[in-house]
Order: sequence, then structure tokens, then C-alpha cells
Amino acid sequence: MAKHHVSAVINGEPTEFLCETQQTMLDVLRDEIGLTGSKEGCASGDCGACSIIVDGRLVCSCLMLGCEADGTTITTIEGVAQGDHLHPVQQKFLEHAALQCGFCTPGLIVASKALLDENPNPTEEEARYWLAGNLCRCTGYDKVIRAVMDAAAVMRGEKVA
Amino acid sequence: MNYVSSDLKVVGTRPIRPDGVEKVTGRAQFGADMRMAGMIWGKVLRSPHAHAKILSIDTSKAEKLPGVKAVVTAKDFPHIANEEAFVGEGPMNFRDLSRNCLAWDKALYEGHAVAAVAAATPAIADAALELIDVNYEVLPYVIDVEDAMADNAPVLHEDLFTAGVEPKPTKPSNIAKVVTFKKGDAEAGFKDADVIIEGRYTTKAVHQAYIEPHACLCWHNPDGQVMIYSSSQGHFMVRAYCSKLLGINIANIRAVPLEIGGGFGGKTLVYLEPVAIALSKKAGRPVKMQMTRDEVFRASGPTSGATMEVKLGAKKDGSIVAARQVLKYQAGAFPGSPIGPGCMCGFAMYDIPNVDVVGYDVVSNRPKVAAYRAPGAPISSWAVECALDDLARKLGKDPIEIREQNGARNGTKTHYGPTHQNIGFLETLKAAKNHPHWQAPLKPGQGRGIACGFWFNIGGESSAGCHIGEDGTVVAVSGNPDIGGSRASIGMMVAEVLGVPAEQVRTIIPDTSSIGFSFLTGGSRVTFATGMAATQAAERVVEDLKRRAAQIWEIPVEAVEWKDGKAYPAGSNAGAFEPLDLATLALRAGRTGGPIGAEVSLNAQGAGPGFGVHIADVEVDHETGAVKILRYTAIQDVGKAIHPSYVEGQIQGGAAQGIGWALNEEYIYDKNGKMDNSGFLDYRVPVASDVPMIEAVMVEVPNPRHPFGARGVGEVPIIPPMAAIGNAICAATGVRLHDLPMSPPKVRAALDEVAPKMAAE
Repeated sequence: MAKHHVSAVINGEPTEFLCETQQTMLDVLRDEIGLTGSKEGCASGDCGACSIIVDGRLVCSCLMLGCEADGTTITTIEGVAQGDHLHPVQQKFLEHAALQCGFCTPGLIVASKALLDENPNPTEEEARYWLAGNLCRCTGYDKVIRAVMDAAAVMRGEKVA
Repeated sequence: MNYVSSDLKVVGTRPIRPDGVEKVTGRAQFGADMRMAGMIWGKVLRSPHAHAKILSIDTSKAEKLPGVKAVVTAKDFPHIANEEAFVGEGPMNFRDLSRNCLAWDKALYEGHAVAAVAAATPAIADAALELIDVNYEVLPYVIDVEDAMADNAPVLHEDLFTAGVEPKPTKPSNIAKVVTFKKGDAEAGFKDADVIIEGRYTTKAVHQAYIEPHACLCWHNPDGQVMIYSSSQGHFMVRAYCSKLLGINIANIRAVPLEIGGGFGGKTLVYLEPVAIALSKKAGRPVKMQMTRDEVFRASGPTSGATMEVKLGAKKDGSIVAARQVLKYQAGAFPGSPIGPGCMCGFAMYDIPNVDVVGYDVVSNRPKVAAYRAPGAPISSWAVECALDDLARKLGKDPIEIREQNGARNGTKTHYGPTHQNIGFLETLKAAKNHPHWQAPLKPGQGRGIACGFWFNIGGESSAGCHIGEDGTVVAVSGNPDIGGSRASIGMMVAEVLGVPAEQVRTIIPDTSSIGFSFLTGGSRVTFATGMAATQAAERVVEDLKRRAAQIWEIPVEAVEWKDGKAYPAGSNAGAFEPLDLATLALRAGRTGGPIGAEVSLNAQGAGPGFGVHIADVEVDHETGAVKILRYTAIQDVGKAIHPSYVEGQIQGGAAQGIGWALNEEYIYDKNGKMDNSGFLDYRVPVASDVPMIEAVMVEVPNPRHPFGARGVGEVPIIPPMAAIGNAICAATGVRLHDLPMSPPKVRAALDEVAPKMAAE
């Protein structure tokens, strides 16, 4: 069967790609477009390492077909920083040492950004439940949660970055 | 030089790690991220049976499928002699590892690799696997450790005879080895005791559950040169195994370390790399392989499940006079469970005159176990630390005080031989006792528990370098993959010696052909051993810089001193010269002897052991059996924290893994010997909403054998959580649980069992 022609805006760039019907968006990002920042940890929507934002909604890209991207606007980890300027969540992950191996980090940062886009002032419990779909085996989540709460304060303007 | 009591400017601070930005922007290259022109995709066919003889494998249909470039089976691997391998962490055998990569004449567990294909696309590779025809004779299987030890158990290996028993057995058995440790006279000790505590404890197999599945890209060139790009806990380990398993000279293999997405011991051996090389050789193309999560669970090593008996004898005053432990550890399909360290660690923390420990290493139809963070210790300590809690309760003693009373101190001789030196166990217990958490009030229905953990930590062979760029900036070179921030700690030690800011040092990890040998990243050894090599390399550079300054100033080298990144004349007698900084000296390198740099290879000795004390508060939902962790504090003797944030991170992460081991995680098998929960939905590791903040308290008792006083910190924190939580549940409910995980159904059943008794009382 012929491949599908898909157009989407990915990280601000109008992007076109061809994909097979059964290819997931994660496979498309990694294998067709070369954006390998989104990781495959499970391919079943359980670990969140492949998190992306599609039309403002947090999605596991392993649970989305490439074809479904047609006409959407997508942010991947590669699009979270603005050029050289890190997003506050990225900066706070660095300052709080909220990563060890760094494999789950792209997904956690995308999910945290989605949280703060929707809820600029989350409680610790809200942050923990929002991020419950992103597995991290290294950190025990302590520094991750601190980084997210700190980034939220910066984004609310309560704290200088 | 020893810097322990120096005025440190970099060590002990919290700079941003050198590889941080690439990891928060998605640019770091992990195992599966590598691409190469002409690359094809490898996939593995795995046994659907727990135990089966492989009568034949017909690959002809698969080979004919368009797009298939190569098919391999064990017949494509050379015959490997039965030989102990000291390449990875924990016991392994080259022949067994070869047969684990591709089954020889028998499939020994469900998921055991049987054949592999390489094809133009992943989809074609999957289709080709379906076309491989394997003729199995299904055999009876055995999963659980005590079943495997039974006389009538199906035997996995006809040539496996129990080692460590006299007379030498004449019948093959699943018991690979019996190990014993004795100190004093345990029998007499128990007779002398006023109180005896006994218990039988079990643990289930649990997986390291690193989020990154195993992945590699291998390229066997027609001239015999091999490139390996993979994520592992040691690219020298990968090179050594591939060399041995495939009969390739070490010098012909170049292993490039990609970023590793977690390992915890599970990436200290190889599964895919030798298969990918064999496929690449046949196909003449680079081959990429990556496991699915299902394959990671079914076919890569978890740690042992175990059955244990523990017995403690004590006097009324609380002094322990005798201790016994019998441990039966699952090894998986091939011998080599962490039974040795298991036997050593349970009682290593205590000064007990009479100790008797027996351990069994037992094979069964499960994936071969791999190292998992302090291999063996969390299992044996689960039993001992619960029993000690029972002892304290029976004697009406405080659980910290009974540990202080019996705790190992400098000069305590262990039951396995060595005498403890420069340890900080009592300091760690004291910090626990003085911590506000220990005295904080609890509400009704809540319980608090404590437990301790000990790990040896290791040193070993390491290489590191220090090179000064033409502009005076610094590259530190480490022979070990960075699994959790060691680039930062190594760069910081180099910066401290050179007297420059941490940001001026970039730490990199080159391939196996670009730096001297380093043993793998495991045993909590990298900051200790490779850090020691890096420190010495930087010291050599400083000596060289002083020599160059002396040459420029035309004064003796003894008249030059190095501080804050500059050469100064040492005192007024040396002459009046403007200090020379790194950039100036680097600029003049050509005229003072050429490039500035040093590499040091050493075999580091004197890794100080580590001790941890964890305090857990829990609340038990009597209706569902769910256990909620309310507060958690982990106190640990860390020697000297080079980068405190990453030390805390190790402690917090280890504690969280232990919480998962305590409450949720287990391998579940169905009635056909197949794993029933091989995904993250059913094998449930802790998520952010399951755990509270984990307070990491660092006690610094410097290790005099390391230039900055560092001890390994990564392994200790996974040891105490299970018993700390078990003891807390016991405090909250009065019920002692003996079996991990303490999952809701088990907790509920245990509560139901005692409820009528309690009501009657």
C-alpha cells in the first residue's frame, strides 16, 4: 500500500512526511524525521518517555499513529527551548539535578511544560499526579518535583530565574 | 595528595553537570538513537516455552523473504569453553553467556533467544521471524527456587553438579553451588542466648526496570574491524564479551559508549551486541537492534527471588550472641546468583561472635539474573533487619539503640573474613537517632520503621585523563560510561586540583580505542576509582605546569607553587614574577615541551564500605491493604560528597527502587511457566504519586583511601527500604509480613488472618 502524505507543524516548522499506516508518531519522529529526543521506553503508553504536545494536549506519541498528525501542531522536546534559551523547566531540571541517566528527561520536561501551560500554580500533589504517567527509575522523583515547582514559581514571576 | 582537610572550592558545590543541556533538550544520543548509512534492523526470535529441547531450526523460508539480509542461530557462534568470566559484575561464565545470547540445544526459559534476523525494515524482520520454523520437544519446567532444589525437579543442565559440597555429587542438580560462612560456634551461641527470634522470609524476582531498553548498532567491516555503538555499564565490558564470544581480537573491536538510560547493574552484560555483530558479518551491513519492553522483562536479567530462614539469639541486655541465615537464591537459567554478597551483607553490619550462614545458588527456568544495585544484599537484609526489629520489640528495646549496641565499628571482624576499617555505621545511626523524623509524633494507625544496609563498594582498574586545550580550558577524560552524573564529579575533582572553576572543565567519555582500560560502571566504583585516576592525572598536569613556569622564569621547579589555577613564585626568594595562568601556559606550550596533558591508569584499592539507615512512616488502609508512605528519610555515610545533589539523587533513587521492591514489584508466572506481567502496566514501578519527598541525609566520614574522601554511594540506599517499610507496617498494625512484595492483597490477607485473634484478645 502506498505511504500516506502527512503535513503538520512540528516545533514551529511546517513539516511533511510519508508514513505507513501502522507507523506510530513516535516511529515517525525518530525514524522518518530524525527527532530522536522522544524515547521509546515501553511502546504501550505506560512510561511517558515519548511524551509530546499535540494541539495543546499531552500525548504519548507511541499511542498515536503518524497519520493522525495531519493538520496538527506538535511540540516535541526539541522544540521546548527557544533557540539558545532554555525553558524554565529545563533550566530548573539542571539546577536541581533532576536527572541522572537523562532518558526519561525529555518526556518529563514535555509533560511538565504541558502541566504548567494548563495549571501555572499546581500543588505538589497535583504535580505528582500529573507526572504519574512519566516513569523515572533514577531519581525517586524528589528533585523532579522540586524542579517543576520551582519552574512554576519562575513562570508566575514570583521568582527570578 | 590528600585533599580531605583542604579548603575546597569546587568539590562539595553543586554546579550544573557538563552533559546537562544535551539531556534536557533531547539531543543526547542513547542506545537506540544512533543511525548509520546502509543500516538494517535486527530482531530476535524467542522461545515460547519455559523449557524445551531444540530439535531443529529451519531458517530457509525466512532467508528467502525479500528484504531479509541475514539469519543467525547459535550455530553461527563459535563453541565456547566452560570458563569463568570476570568481565562483568557478579559471577558469569563465557559459555553460559554465549548460550544466553542464542540458545544452543535447549531453550531454558520463556523468552530465551533462539534465532535472529536482520532485514531492511523492522516490519520485514518481524515477518521473517514468523517464517522461522523451530521444532521443540517441550520439557517439564521449574520456576520457584525450592521446587528447583527438590529431588524430583526437572534438571536444567545435565552437566551441573553442586559445587561446595563433600563428597562431590554424582548426580546433576539445579543447585549450582553451596556457600558457607562460619564465625565462632553458632550452636553454642544459641544455647547461651536468653531470647531467640526466628523467621522465614521470601522475596520475588524484581527487575532493574531501567527505562531505556537494551539497544545497539554494530558494524562488522569486511576487513574484520568491528564497531559497536551501544549503551551499557562498560564499553570495555562489551568489547571483552564480544571478543570472547565471537573469537575477535580485542584490538579489532572499537566500542563506542552511547548515553545509558539507566542500568542499576542490569547492563553489566551483553544480550544483543554479539548477535548484531554476527548478523552484520553475514549481511555486510550495519545492524541495529533494540529490545521491546516485553523482551527486557522476559529475557534480560532481573535479580533473584529468594527464600530465607533467619535466626537470632540475644542476651536480655540486647547483645546478640548468635546468628544464623539460610539463603536460597534463584540464579535464573544459568548459575550465578548474587548468593555470595547475600551471605555476607545480612550480618556485616553487626558485631556478632557466633555466625553461621549457608547459601544456595539455584538454577530454574527463568531469565538469567543480572546484577541489581548492591546485588544480593537487599534480599538478605530484608530478613535480618525484620528479625532484628522483632528482637528489639521482644526485649523492649529501641530499634536504633539495639543496632548501636551491636553495630560494627572499626576493628569488628566480619563473619566472611575482613575486619572493618574507617567505617561510619555508628555515626550514621547517631544521625538517624538525632534526626527530627525519629522523634516526630505519629497519628493513630500510623507506624514508623527503621532498617539498615551495608555495601562493600569496590575500586578496581580505571583510566582517566586530563588535557589542557590551547586556550587553557580543560578536557577531563573518563573510561567509564556516566550513568548518573559521574562526568560532573570527575570534572569537579579535576577542576579542584587545577584550581579552576568547574565550568572550565569538560568531561568526555571516549571509545575503547581512545583511552586505557576501565572496568565497568558498577560496584559504586566510578567516582572513587576513576575519580582517583582523574585526580592523579590532574596532579601530573599541575607538576608539568609548575615545571613549565620554572622554565619560563628560569628558576628551580621547587620555587614554583600552583594555586587557584596559576603558577606563582613560592615566596620572595623565588623572585618577583607575574603569576602565569593556565591560558598563558597553554599558549606557550609549544616552547615549553609541547602539549600539556596526562593519562593515568591504575587499580584503585581501599574503596570504603557504605552504611545506610532509613526511617519510614506508613499508614495502612485496612480495607484495601494499600500501604501509603507518609514520610521517608534516608541517612547514609557517603565519605565526602563530591557533588552533593547527585549523591542525594543516588540515595533518593535507590530508596524509591526499594519502595517499589517492598510494595509492588514482582515477576508473576502463569501455570505454563510464562511471565504474566511483562509490561509497565502490570509490573508496577513507583510513579511520582506513589512516593513522598525522600529526605537524603549525608553523613560525611571521609574515606582516607580516596584523595577527596569519597565512598561509593549508589548501592547502599536500595538495601534498607523493604525492612524499614515492613517494620513500619508491623508498628502500625502489629502484623509482621514475611513475603515481598507487601502488595495490597497480601497485606489485606495478613490483616484478615490476625483480625479474629486480635478481636478475641
